[in-house]
Amino acid sequence: MLTFENPAISFKNVTKKFGDHVILQDLNFDIPRNKIVTILGFSGAGKSTLLKHILGILHPTSGTVTVLGRELETLTKEELRDFRRNFGMLFQYAALFDSFTAEENVAFPLREFTQLSEEEIMKKVHDLLISVGIKEESFQKLPSELSGGMRKRVGLARGLALSPDIMLYDEPTTGLDPITTKMVNNLIVETATQHQGREMTSVIISHDVKATLEISDYIAFLDRGKIIEYLPVGEFKNSQNPLVQEFLRL
Amino acid sequence: MIEKLSKLFRVRVERLGTTVIDGIEGLGNISLYTSRFFYWAFRRPYRNKLLFEQLFFIGNKSILIILLAGMFTGMVFATQTYFGFKLINVDSLVGAIVAIAMAKELAPVLTGLIVAGRAGSAMAAQIGSMKVTEQIDALEVMGINSIQYLAVPRIIAGTIAVPMLSVVFLFIGNVGSYLVGTKTLMIDESMYYSKLSEFMYVADLWQGIIKAGVFGFVISVIGTYFGFQVEKGAVGVGRGTNLAVIWGMISVLILDYFLTTFLVKIL
Repeated sequence: MLTFENPAISFKNVTKKFGDHVILQDLNFDIPRNKIVTILGFSGAGKSTLLKHILGILHPTSGTVTVLGRELETLTKEELRDFRRNFGMLFQYAALFDSFTAEENVAFPLREFTQLSEEEIMKKVHDLLISVGIKEESFQKLPSELSGGMRKRVGLARGLALSPDIMLYDEPTTGLDPITTKMVNNLIVETATQHQGREMTSVIISHDVKATLEISDYIAFLDRGKIIEYLPVGEFKNSQNPLVQEFLRL
Repeated sequence: MIEKLSKLFRVRVERLGTTVIDGIEGLGNISLYTSRFFYWAFRRPYRNKLLFEQLFFIGNKSILIILLAGMFTGMVFATQTYFGFKLINVDSLVGAIVAIAMAKELAPVLTGLIVAGRAGSAMAAQIGSMKVTEQIDALEVMGINSIQYLAVPRIIAGTIAVPMLSVVFLFIGNVGSYLVGTKTLMIDESMYYSKLSEFMYVADLWQGIIKAGVFGFVISVIGTYFGFQVEKGAVGVGRGTNLAVIWGMISVLILDYFLTTFLVKIL
């Protein structure tokens, strides 16, 4: 299994059970800083549970999850809440607040967590929206007036508003047409490498093999709560693991 | 035959047991939820903008239906009371009886039922649809407590707005009663006023206002609670909304009895 110096996220002997049902089984792996890592797996493999452990929404039954050098289980609820500001997240269906315009959605975290003036907030919001390809005429539109791809862009801009250290993507290309999928993939790569002139750690939860192979630096394959393969993308393509092979053929 | 009956009996008892256990579990969950509300209600940041938005939604947007319901309730109640009281020649008491009944019972209970149907269902639907579209997860990921952000302003607004609406209901109901009593049923105006001031006490008003405050709190707790419980997409939102209305209304009626028993002793 791959190990990294000073990783962004580290799972050590992590097991998660709900009653007698084991969801994650003795996970030991690191996610390196400033790389795009995809957790690939079938539905029900434990991907979402793993993501919730990274965010500290769920805690392991045994083992430890360390993010940016902080062991999440040792943080109080308030500390954890503050710590989550290190994350940005793009949800599967963007999860934009439906009573807010695109502009208000992106402004929301800035209004909640910064002391910026309204003028500064608006400038940052407009910069972010433009950087993800939203045109000015759409700034005032409600999520219901935006296409699926545009919602994802706005969701990404909102996730990036507080300049997080780690960006999480939950099934970012599910349900999108091929052109929008390509656009979202390009945005993920641009965000990971160029956002505000620095690199960013990106973790993608997905079962979209094609998109994953195009944009990831590393791929971990999760099956029934276990990481059965974790390799740089080039090596992953040639994995001899029968399950991975089956998945790659899909 | 006996075996079949015994099996049937066992199944029924098991079902009854499951219903009782589910009920107790539900009460426990809602109590826990209420305690979370109190925990977050007194913590910064205080979200005054959201509170005023909810006050506007529950209060201002319910005013027309409250005016209509209050006016016609007062008019109908005055008419019915008049024909009963006329038989024993105490029709001059119509104004006082309507005012007392409205202040103590009709205004808070009917306002509570209207708000449960209108605002309680809307709270469950809004929060429920936010839950199924991951908007609540988005709040939590940002480090914002969803109970503090979504439930606290709604519950406080409900607790403030329902007594205010109840007072409006009471006022307009009495206007309706006065108009029907003195202009249609020809009760002497001075008698109407004198009996009203003779039998109506400030404590009667307080009883209604306190009840309305409790109803507003409970309706909002139930509305938001069922919103957070929503699962399984649009069907779940519909179910949550339905439960919020049913339990909001039932709670108003049940609580009314216990509050009446308690308040008549202390006021």
